[in-house]
Amino acid sequence: MSLDYYLYLSALLFTIGAAGVLIRRNAIVVFMCIELMLNASNLAFVTFARMNGSIDGQIFAFFTMVVAACEVVVGLAIIVTIYRSRRSASVDDARLLKL
Amino acid sequence: MNVTSQMLVFLIAIPLFSAALLLLGGRALDKVGHIIGTLASTAAFAVGVIEFLAMLGRAPENRAVTQPLFTWIEVGNFNVGATLLLDQLSVCFVLLITGVGTLIHIYSIAYMSHDKDRRRFFAYLNFFIAAMLLLVLGDSYLSLYVGWEGVGLASYLLIGFWNQKPTYATAAKKAFIANRVGDVGLSLAVMIAFVQFGSVSFSGVAEGIEAGQTSSLALNTLGLALLLAAVGKSAQFPLQAWLGDAMAGPTPVSALIHAATMVTAGVYLISRSHFVFDAASVAQLCVVIVGAITLLFGAIIGMAKDDIKKALAASTMSQIGYMILATGLGPVGYAFAMMHLLTHGFFKAGMFLGAGSVMHGMNDEVDMRKYGGLRKYMPITFATFGLGYLAIIGVPPFAGFYSKDKIIEIALDAGGAKGIILGSITLLGAAITAFYMSRVMLMTFFGAKRWEAGAHPHESPALMTIPMIVLAIGSVSAGFFFNMGDRFINFLSPIFHSGESGHGEKEHLLPPIVVSALALTAVAIGVSIAIAKYGRGKAIPAVAPSDVSLWTKVARRDLLQDEFNETLFMRPGQELTKALAVIDEKVIDGAVRGVGSITLDVASGLRKTQTGFVRSYALWITVGAVGILAAIAVMSL
Repeated sequence: MSLDYYLYLSALLFTIGAAGVLIRRNAIVVFMCIELMLNASNLAFVTFARMNGSIDGQIFAFFTMVVAACEVVVGLAIIVTIYRSRRSASVDDARLLKL
Repeated sequence: MNVTSQMLVFLIAIPLFSAALLLLGGRALDKVGHIIGTLASTAAFAVGVIEFLAMLGRAPENRAVTQPLFTWIEVGNFNVGATLLLDQLSVCFVLLITGVGTLIHIYSIAYMSHDKDRRRFFAYLNFFIAAMLLLVLGDSYLSLYVGWEGVGLASYLLIGFWNQKPTYATAAKKAFIANRVGDVGLSLAVMIAFVQFGSVSFSGVAEGIEAGQTSSLALNTLGLALLLAAVGKSAQFPLQAWLGDAMAGPTPVSALIHAATMVTAGVYLISRSHFVFDAASVAQLCVVIVGAITLLFGAIIGMAKDDIKKALAASTMSQIGYMILATGLGPVGYAFAMMHLLTHGFFKAGMFLGAGSVMHGMNDEVDMRKYGGLRKYMPITFATFGLGYLAIIGVPPFAGFYSKDKIIEIALDAGGAKGIILGSITLLGAAITAFYMSRVMLMTFFGAKRWEAGAHPHESPALMTIPMIVLAIGSVSAGFFFNMGDRFINFLSPIFHSGESGHGEKEHLLPPIVVSALALTAVAIGVSIAIAKYGRGKAIPAVAPSDVSLWTKVARRDLLQDEFNETLFMRPGQELTKALAVIDEKVIDGAVRGVGSITLDVASGLRKTQTGFVRSYALWITVGAVGILAAIAVMSL
C-alpha cells in the first residue's frame, strides 16, 4: 500500500480537527478537535519517518504526545474551573479578554 | 618690555575684593559699606599713582610693564595667559578710572546717604572699577573682553539701581541689549584675530600684521568688528540710543560710567588696536564717519533736551564722537583723542556731579525749565559747573580748548575734501556745543526762578563739593598741563609711533592760530545765540512750547532714534518671534501631537479586531497559516 494514503488520512483528520475548532462552541469538543489536529500531525510525522527511513519523525511524534498530555492536564483543569464558576463550557461565553 | 611689576594685580584685586565683601557681608556692613568702598577705590588709586611714578622713572622705551598672573588657556600651540600690561596708554586710563572713581565714591557717600541700599551701590561701584581696570590692563583681546563684559554688567546694575521704577529697569535693559549688539562685534574680533594670527594678544596681533600675515579684507573685517564693539560701548551712531535712557541711574553713576570712563572704552579699544586701523583703510574711514555723524547727532539732541542729565548725556555722546573721529585720523589722532578723553573725563564728570548737586538741592528735579537763578543759592556748584562749562565749549586756557582745538586742527589736516568736510563738521559741532552748554548754564543758574513749590535750593555738603572742586581744577588746568611742550603727545608716542610722523613739521591746511580763531568764532556764535534766546529777560515757559519747528520736535525725540530702532528692529523682531511661536505651535507641536493622535486612531481601529471570541482568533490563525503555506507553495512552483 502506498504511504501517500497515510498522508491523505492525516490531512483529512487535520481538516476535520481545524473545522471543529472553528465551528464548535463547546470547549470540550474544541479541545478534542485540537487533539485530533495534533494526532493528524503525528500521523504525518510517522509517515514521513517511514518514507525517509529515519527515526526523526518518530521522535517528534513522541514529543508531540508529551506536549499533548501536558496540554490536556492544564487545559481540562481550566475548562473545569471555568465551568464551575460560570456554569457554561461555551467558548463564546468566555470573552472577557477584550476591552 | 620685559620689566615686570608685582603690584598690578592689586589694582584689580582690591576693588574686586571689596565688592565681594560688601555684597556678601549683607546688612551687617550697611554702616561701614561706603567707607570700605571708598577706601578700596582710594587704595587702587594709590597703587596707580605709585605705578605711574615708577613708570616715569624708566626710560621711555622701557615704560611698559607686565605681570603674568596664570596660564588661562593652553591648547596645543595656542596659549593665552592672564597677563596684565601697564603701558603709557593704560596708565592714563588707570589714573582716570581710579582718580575720578575715588572722587565719585567720596561724592556718593553724601549723595546716596538717604538710600537704604548705599552699601550695594558701593559694591557695584567697586565692581565697576575692578572690571574697568581689567579692561584697560588686559594684554589680550580676551582679557579685555572679560573686563568689557564686566563693565557692561556693572553699567546694567547701576542704571537699574532704582529698579523699583519699571522705566528705570527698562532703561537698564535697553543699555544692556544695545551693548550686547556691540559685544558681538568684539567676540567676532577675537575670533578673527585667532583665526588670522593664532594669537589674541595685542602684541601677537600687531606682530602678525607687521609680518603681513593677512589680507586687507581680513584686516578691514577685524577693524569693522572692533568698530562695532566700540560703537556699542561708546554709544556711537547707530547704537547710541541707550545713553540717554541710561541717565536713569543715580547721578554719580552717570558721571563715572556714562561720562568719564566706561563709554570711553570704545576710544580705548580703537586706540589700543591702532595697528589694525592703521593697516585697514576702509575700517579707519568708517571710524571717522561714525565719529563725525555722532558728534553732530549728539549735539543736535543736546540742543533740544530740557532734562539736565539728558542734555549732558547728549553732550557726552557728541564729545566721544570727537574722540572717535580723532582716532580715525591715524597716528596723530590717537594721542589727541586720549587727551580729549582725559580732559573730557574731568570736565564732564565735574558737570555731572554739578547736575547731581543741583538735583540734590531741588528735590531731584531734572527739568531745567524748573530751575533758574540758582547761582546765588549754590555758589560752589555754580563755580565748578561754570568752569566745566568753559572747558567743554573750549575757551582758552581751559582744558577743552587744547584738546578740542587739536582735533579740529587734525580734522582739517586730513587732506583734500575729507579735511574740509571733517573740519567743517567739527567746527559746527563746536558751535552747537557752545550753544547747548550755554543753554544749560543759562536755564539752570541764571534768569528768573521757576522753581516748583516746595523747592529750597541749598549748597550741597562738603563731601559733594570737594570732588566737584577737584574736578573743576582738572578742567581748568589739565589741557594746559598736557599740552605744555607737547608733554602728553611725547608721553604716548612710543605706543602710537606718532613721534616720527612729524607733529608740527607737517603742512597744515590752515595755520593753527587761524584754526583756533575759527573755533573761537564758532564758540562765540553759539554762545551769542544761546544768550539771545535764553539770556536775561527772556521768558522760559515752564512747559516746553509745542508750536516749534519740525526739526525741534524731531530733536526732542532724540532724532527718532527709538522710533528707528523700533520700526527697523524691535517690531520686525517681535513679528519674527510671533511667527516663530506660531510655527512652534502649529508645525512642531502639531507634528508631535499628530503622531500621537494618528497612533491612537490606528490603535482604536485595530482594537476592533480583539473581539474576545476565541474562535475568531483561531480563524485568523488558520487564515494566516493557510496564507503562509500558500505563499510557500507559490514560491516553490
